[in-house]
Amino acid sequence: METTPEIALALLAQMKRIRMVEEAIADRYPEGRMRCPTHLSIGQEAPAAVLGSLLRMDDLVVSSHRAHAHYLAKGGSLRALIAELYGKETGCSRGRGGSMHLVDIDAGFMGSTAIVANSIPVGAGLGLALRMRHSENIACIFLGDGAVEEGVFYETANFAVLRRLPVVFICENNGYSVYSPLSVRQPENRELSSLAAAIGLRSGCVDSVDVLALHAQVAERMRAAREECLPAFIEIKTFRWREHCGPNHDDDLGYRDARLVDYWHAHDPLRLLQERLLDERCITSVGLATMERGIRDEIEDAFRFAEDSPFPDPDTLAEGVYRADDSVGIPWVGN
Amino acid sequence: MGRELNFCEAVNEALATAMTVDPDVICFGLGVGDPKNIFGTTLGLKERFGPDRVFDMPTSENAMTGIAVGASLLGLRPVMVHQRTDFFLLALDQLVNNAAKWHYMFGGGRAAGITIRLITGQGWGQGPTHSQNLHAWFAHIPGLKVVMPTNPYDAKGLLLASIFDPNPVVFIEHRWLHGSRAQVPDSPYRIPFGQAKELLAGQDLTIVATSYLTLEAWHAARFLRDQGISVSVIDLRSIKPLDRETIFRSVQTTGRLLVLDSAHLTGSVAGEIIALVASNLFAGLKQAPERMTFPDAPSPASPALTRNYYPRAPDIAAKVGEMLGRDVNPGALAAQCKFPHDVPGDWFNGPF
Ligand SMILES: Cc1ncc(C[n+]2csc(CCOP(=O)(O)OP(=O)(O)O)c2C)c(N)n1
Ligand SMILES: [Mg+2]
Repeated sequence: METTPEIALALLAQMKRIRMVEEAIADRYPEGRMRCPTHLSIGQEAPAAVLGSLLRMDDLVVSSHRAHAHYLAKGGSLRALIAELYGKETGCSRGRGGSMHLVDIDAGFMGSTAIVANSIPVGAGLGLALRMRHSENIACIFLGDGAVEEGVFYETANFAVLRRLPVVFICENNGYSVYSPLSVRQPENRELSSLAAAIGLRSGCVDSVDVLALHAQVAERMRAAREECLPAFIEIKTFRWREHCGPNHDDDLGYRDARLVDYWHAHDPLRLLQERLLDERCITSVGLATMERGIRDEIEDAFRFAEDSPFPDPDTLAEGVYRADDSVGIPWVGN
Repeated sequence: MGRELNFCEAVNEALATAMTVDPDVICFGLGVGDPKNIFGTTLGLKERFGPDRVFDMPTSENAMTGIAVGASLLGLRPVMVHQRTDFFLLALDQLVNNAAKWHYMFGGGRAAGITIRLITGQGWGQGPTHSQNLHAWFAHIPGLKVVMPTNPYDAKGLLLASIFDPNPVVFIEHRWLHGSRAQVPDSPYRIPFGQAKELLAGQDLTIVATSYLTLEAWHAARFLRDQGISVSVIDLRSIKPLDRETIFRSVQTTGRLLVLDSAHLTGSVAGEIIALVASNLFAGLKQAPERMTFPDAPSPASPALTRNYYPRAPDIAAKVGEMLGRDVNPGALAAQCKFPHDVPGDWFNGPF
């Protein structure tokens, strides 16, 4: 698929939106009203925005603890996201899940979970069901570089290849699992995408600095995955700007090489894309300001919605542990 | 119309019925469709319903459980089977963190409607990692249901109830029950969870049991009856949900409770039942409730060591006699057993 100016602008808008939402969360987090662990995607907006533009409305997504961006890019409700962080009844998981358990079924965002790698097989199960139903949709599984170290990734990848499931693994490689760099977790010079390729996934690694190039390359891989019904693994090199969990910067701790941090700040994919689209006159500075104002209004609205929403009724604490419905006609027999 | 089936045939019939009634039912597990077909329980299913719905799988218990969860979110009803409970331990992340919680943690949308059949081993040297009984673990987790049928009739009705339940159900089959036989109706039926069955009604003491131990309790109770001791035997059938009312009703009559549990003593379901009875019926108890379980030690392989590991009918009879202050001569009951202690009967001669 060609990356048209319209697509480029949509990518810019989505990345800006994700960044501004995450920054608003970070700004207000110290108020103490979003009382849950929160993993922000500032710096990592590109993979989400690109996938959001390539996935169809009825394609399905699962994700991990760092899922705000994926949820928003897939079309998840911003109001319901912020309300979830506030623990409100109007949250996407009605305050039961928090930041790490997002869902918006109508948008095809089937769930994000907080145990590293454990939504991976769930995504493959969606793929199995899509295949059985002869659907043309695909299931997209977002995972981090840390998740590639969990056994369940290999188990799932193997089954996906064995059964040619319509799934795409999107691995956001930000180089870290919390404070632990890849160098203490994997042998030198190993590419994560080569691990995936060895199992038989159609695999490749793409950089995210140039968002339009990222879009073009991912688009091509997605097209192949759809048309040839072969599961794919796309590693996307990216970088998290803030602390692993929480609103702050943590580079004072010295766990990341200053040159690495400087490199990514100098190569912020969002800023580079914006400059390029201004240069190429795809957007004017007035247009940009309008875009930003629209996003700011949407964010203001979402926070107001969250703040005005009621908390869940404490009496409903133990409700919903089980689902109660019965849709089959087989008779019940008593004693 | 009914006819006599063994436990495996009843499970097989329930699976075939479910797959006929609902094209969304799928069935998989390591060994499904192989020449042995999970002790015959999945025999003929692949031929009848096709390889898309009935299939063998990689030795990847954890991922395959998560795949079942994902498939169930789109409306499939996966039935997964493991030839030993112990193998399923590799899948606890998917069971506990995903399947059990999905409905609750996403605010009540979809649920993981999956059925996990687990087969529990005993005797014949199964040893520490092929004969574990972990139902108490599963029962501890909100969001799971735990079913432990004792006979072919219940196996069919409870398995159909499990498959069509919108929640994750752990369905535990004791390997020693696979040879048991009973009249089973041809037609489909479901048995509700949380309804215990009082197999024998008695006046002197209540025995609460599940799964295989129900049979041992029944033998003990029949033996005791000939000595004028009248014992109630309650088969719980499911431990989550648990039918407290049937237990309480019986204990209100007898005032005495013995709980049998095929599990280690510490943290057992037996302890939970005694706690419930003690808290709710304290004044109605004539003596302290007792429980018979496995020791707090792994199950050993050698037959020399398993002899005293598992409570059997003579032990149960002796315990009841002790509680009632009666000499019941359990040796006479032990003498009736015509086969070695580490097999369920003539039909079983290994290897697992
Ligand atoms: C099984 C498991 N182990 C450890 C953790 C704690 N933990 C939370 S996020 C995380 C880092 C995962 O790294 P990665 O997959 O690269 O994602 P990133 O945070 O970099 O986006 C860890 C170890 C967890 N949630 N689950
Ligand atoms: Mg990482």
